[in-house]
Amino acid sequence: MLRERVFTKRFGTFLSSPARGAWLYLPAALVAVAMSLPLVYLIVRASAAGQSAWKWLLRVQTFQIVGQSVGLALSVMLAALLLGVSLAWLVTRTDLVGRRIWSALLPLPLVIPSYVGAYLFVSFFAPRGLLQNLLERWLGIERLPSVYGFWGTWLVLSLMTYPYVFMAARAVLSRSDRSLEEAARSLGYSALETFWKVTLPQLRPALAAGSLLVGLYVLRDFGAVSILRFTTFTRAIYLQYQSSIDRSAAALLSLVLILITIGFLIAEQRLRHAAAENPHTAIQPVQLIRLGRWQVLAVGVVTLVLLLGLIFPSSVLLYWLIRGLLVGEQISNWLRPLLGSVSAAGLAALVTVLLAFPVSILSIRRVGLFSKMLEKWSYLGYAVPGIVVALALVFFGANFVPALYQTLFMLLFAYVILFLPQAMGSLQASLRMVQRSLEEAAASLGENPLRVFQRVTLPLITPGVASAAALVFLTTMKELPATLLLAPTGFSTLATQIWGAVSEAYFARAAAPALILILASSISMYLINHQTTLSGSSHRQ
Amino acid sequence: MNPPFLECHHLEKAYPAQPAVRDVTFHANEGEILAVVGPSGCGKTTTLRLIAGFERPDRGEIRMQGRLLSNEQTFVPPEKRQIGVVFQDYALFPHLTVYENVAFGLRRQPPQEVNQRVSEMLDLVGLIHLAKRMPHELSGGERQRVALARALAPRPQVLLLDEPFSSLDMDLRLKLREEVRRLLKGLQLTAVFVTHDQEEALFMGDRLAVMNQGVVQQFDLPERIFSQPVNPFVAEFMGNANFLPGRVVSEGIETEIGLIPQRVPLPAGSSVELAVRADDIGFDLNGAANGVILSRVFKGVINVYKVRLHSGLVLEAFQPHYRYFPEGQPVRIFADAGHDLACFYNGIAVTVDENHLDRVTKG
Repeated sequence: MLRERVFTKRFGTFLSSPARGAWLYLPAALVAVAMSLPLVYLIVRASAAGQSAWKWLLRVQTFQIVGQSVGLALSVMLAALLLGVSLAWLVTRTDLVGRRIWSALLPLPLVIPSYVGAYLFVSFFAPRGLLQNLLERWLGIERLPSVYGFWGTWLVLSLMTYPYVFMAARAVLSRSDRSLEEAARSLGYSALETFWKVTLPQLRPALAAGSLLVGLYVLRDFGAVSILRFTTFTRAIYLQYQSSIDRSAAALLSLVLILITIGFLIAEQRLRHAAAENPHTAIQPVQLIRLGRWQVLAVGVVTLVLLLGLIFPSSVLLYWLIRGLLVGEQISNWLRPLLGSVSAAGLAALVTVLLAFPVSILSIRRVGLFSKMLEKWSYLGYAVPGIVVALALVFFGANFVPALYQTLFMLLFAYVILFLPQAMGSLQASLRMVQRSLEEAAASLGENPLRVFQRVTLPLITPGVASAAALVFLTTMKELPATLLLAPTGFSTLATQIWGAVSEAYFARAAAPALILILASSISMYLINHQTTLSGSSHRQ
Repeated sequence: MNPPFLECHHLEKAYPAQPAVRDVTFHANEGEILAVVGPSGCGKTTTLRLIAGFERPDRGEIRMQGRLLSNEQTFVPPEKRQIGVVFQDYALFPHLTVYENVAFGLRRQPPQEVNQRVSEMLDLVGLIHLAKRMPHELSGGERQRVALARALAPRPQVLLLDEPFSSLDMDLRLKLREEVRRLLKGLQLTAVFVTHDQEEALFMGDRLAVMNQGVVQQFDLPERIFSQPVNPFVAEFMGNANFLPGRVVSEGIETEIGLIPQRVPLPAGSSVELAVRADDIGFDLNGAANGVILSRVFKGVINVYKVRLHSGLVLEAFQPHYRYFPEGQPVRIFADAGHDLACFYNGIAVTVDENHLDRVTKG
């Protein structure tokens, strides 16, 4: 009797006190170390690079690449900012005709993976593309201004990324406080002045965070810049990797890229916190601004954006799809890549979610310096572009585990590094919703930690686990650069299938895989939105 | 006589969702505080928003110092009205410091004057030491004071206050409302104060407008509204717990608790209702009992008793804290007012003052 009481007591305090689940540190630390090994190796390798490699890095071309990468990122950010804010303002604050429909349609270009968007543009405008075929047949025009290079890349990426800013701005504008703007009016400010002095400052943190997301997207992008032949870091790394025997140069380039991305990431994190702190008190609907004769112009702008970002790509896709069917494109051409994608993505989802558990639980349930460090460490994949992770694994595999080099295992490893943060995000959001007292209640009723997890925590977070797995699955399907570099010989996925078809200008062959990928990414976007509303409601409680 | 400083004439505003305003007429003289009071959804906040210019009335007219602010043809936008507003949720700009919030309405002035005015205002509300803080670092009472300072800084002609104390706790509310009233009086500012709390309205208002369902029921001095409500709604809203039926006789009004010696200009035999507050009802153990004690709630200074008359009518009655009677005790209940009671005939006040009758029949 007494022994029993002592036992439960000790175990009870073990469960509910901060000491609970300390053993989780071991797997969490192991995962964190594994995540960083290849990258650490990349750094070691780069720093050990010979003088010639360093000299190579300090060439004029390198600075040109930096300039082009950062310049592209900044100009896409600017375009996304302008488009995103004005569109969000139109659909939330004015009596724009059909604003509900526009508001639902405008985020949609986000579901088009960047290389698919690039492929559709190129397949329309490029030599041997759709437009030229038409023009040549009817007008005899044989040359078009090139779509390749800065402007084409800028246009495609801007159209694919403005939804980030649009959605951030729309969220703030639609729930901002009416009385703040009224206070400004009662203090002598006109409607326009109020927008600049009160509304815009409210938006600033969200806008900054949104446009930095756009910047990161552009810096990490490999597919679009490669297809549109604009040399930024990712493309330069790939070309360098392919062409030279000494790959240290590619490693050095990767390091520079990582540094730039980390700068962007830190800024994004800071601003996100600033945005979260902004207290919104009473929320009341704002009176809509009458557009009057500007109505036509506004509808025109919205239509144009949707035309370029959504209708145009989908009709081109449809064209190639039908044309492919007519020409007799073999189903087996995309059936095997589909199988490859599904199996790789399924494995990646399973492994990534399992590995994400220890760190996620620690970071929510045991807030401390060490668990925070592990969490940050595991987020490393978020800072590193896919091409860099792939390159790091190529080095690592070739030098340390040649047996695993060019196996599915290596590819999976890359996926885990890249998408662990995503799985952690979902898991953490759902864990945050499980009140600590529920677990403590179970412990006080005599359950040991494992049973508490099994009987209380896990049933409650099942939706979060499922959405984490689905997210990783769908994002893996879209992944291009790591798959390209690491896939075993003969193994292809939908993404590599598109890549191959586009580089050989078999545009029709890429259509079906592109459609499947767009569907996959629509589902993942739906899941992400769903997840944010879930975690949002938990904050309010 | 000068025209009133702020006038509203027959304001109307209909909404799909918000409380509507159906007929609002009142005015405030220079330096007066007008308290607009009514239950939630009565349209008092909407009225305030019409005066501020955040909404445009469907019908009716608003004038300030004789100048037309709003009617069916004219509409002066809020930024041109020189009317300050203290919002219920304070609406402090979260991205600006206390100092910048207060300076927000002063941008057309040279920096030195702005500085001086902001310091003056912060001094006035006693927050000069918090000038560099951000709004989220302030307590509720401090935010309230900053909101007041911000609204006062540009020297508005009229100040509107929308339930400014409703999100504060009781102690702070009592303290702040005294402070605010003293401050407004010191500045001789004309103000419209909206509240759902009748006690707060009586305390703050030089004049009261009692609203219900979008209509001003009574507009008068607080004392008059308290003692001479124009209809049962106003009587009940101003704290009359009991309505006692009676019949007019030549000596006064005959009721279940005896004859009330109060003359009314109605033919004998008319049925009327008397509004009696708990402090107007007394009871003791002398004489024949006409009711029993139902319950008692001890409130410190007083005991609040519920007594049931033989007819079944239940009245509330105060007794001093030391007078204690058990439940079920038969008692003699009587009117103990020391003043005329408000008397209603078919839901309309019966008084000697004909004006009241006029206003009510028109409404």
